[in-house]
Amino acid sequence: MVCYTRPWCREYLRTLINVIIMTYLQKSPWIIHYDASSCNGCDIEVLACLTPLYDVERFGIINTGNPKHADIFVITGGVNELNKEVVRNIYEQMPHPKVVVAIGICACSGGVFRECYNISGGVATVIPVDVYVPGCAARPESIIDGIVQALGILEQKKLGMKAGVEEAV
Amino acid sequence: MNPFIAAGIFIILAPIIGILIAGTDRIITARMQGRVGPPILQPWYDIRKLFEKRQVAVWGAQNFFIFCYLIFMIFSGALFYAGGDILLVIFAFTLAHVFMILGCYVSFSPYAHVGAERELIQLMAVEPMIIITAIGLYQVNGSFYVGDMLNHPGLPVVLLPGALLGFIFILTFKLRKSPFDLASSHHAHQELVKGSTTEFSGYTLAMIELSHLYELIVMLGFVWLFFGDNLILCVIAIIVILFLEILIDNCTSRVRWQDALSSSWFVTLALGAGNIFVLSLM
Repeated sequence: MVCYTRPWCREYLRTLINVIIMTYLQKSPWIIHYDASSCNGCDIEVLACLTPLYDVERFGIINTGNPKHADIFVITGGVNELNKEVVRNIYEQMPHPKVVVAIGICACSGGVFRECYNISGGVATVIPVDVYVPGCAARPESIIDGIVQALGILEQKKLGMKAGVEEAV
Repeated sequence: MNPFIAAGIFIILAPIIGILIAGTDRIITARMQGRVGPPILQPWYDIRKLFEKRQVAVWGAQNFFIFCYLIFMIFSGALFYAGGDILLVIFAFTLAHVFMILGCYVSFSPYAHVGAERELIQLMAVEPMIIITAIGLYQVNGSFYVGDMLNHPGLPVVLLPGALLGFIFILTFKLRKSPFDLASSHHAHQELVKGSTTEFSGYTLAMIELSHLYELIVMLGFVWLFFGDNLILCVIAIIVILFLEILIDNCTSRVRWQDALSSSWFVTLALGAGNIFVLSLM
């Protein structure tokens, strides 16, 4: 405690605390899954991640279905004019820190439906997206990979929150 | 043992034991489903993370009610392990749940209201059996004090087999296990959103999780009373009972609230009240 006043030691302690906090966030990511006009292919693949073969619960990942409990917003399909508000509402109900993972090419860019009269395009036209997982349908392996990358972003956001940087919605 | 020390040990040890039991529960559940399952400390990681998250509440009153839920749950457990009056323990235990239900009713969310109503139904289903357990233990021990019951030589369960079976039945409600996980379930991901916990986030949800851990230890304390001072048999019984609960959780689907209420009252009447009636004739 004597050396706490020294800058290098303070830096070390801060890093140590950050590592501890990061570990906890990383170990218990709860996801909410929303289907914004997907063909259901990507949804089936998201749910396949929960089956015994892939078993994402071994990383502490739980599919909550409640935005107020969730850390990661997993969204599939291109957003259409009708559910734009729904997507925004779910995103805004999630407490900080939170990340958005767009699963499948429709969620990334609108895919083949991009030019349709009722499709707004990718999810990024409505809410900020952190990780894009392309594919039609996205494979469970790439979905898990995307969520693991989202965990890194979640940690950074947490540190930003600690430093007092409010996230722009 | 000094009652204050016993209460202190309960307050410190109960979450640790609760986390280990809940973690083992999740691993065994996963293995029964052919999965690997999370690490044993997963409940701790969840609670720790929830304290890190930002808390969102439409009405601040819900935080107060949930805080009272936690405090009264700790109070009832501390009183129990300090050897206090079992009736007071039960009253504090019920009061804690009333606070939780009030917390659910604070928000205008229809999901939270349905959850709160189901929480009330669960309370109605469970309370008679808990009271009957206390009466049965009084008949055997001649005292309402937990301290006297824990030092009872011999096995009260020999005289109270019906009460123990009835208590195991309502333990399914209390552990929030299928088929009686009406209000909020670990496995219901899309049904009624998240029942009674829908409107809670951040540290409020963490307090609920923590209260559930204390609640688990209090309920296991009741099982302990059935075995008096025979600790080894008590530990074996608790392991068997918890395993049975996990097995039933994985084998059954949720029942409707009418079935849950009527079956629990039937069991209370047939096994609990029947047991006490027979005991009073002896």
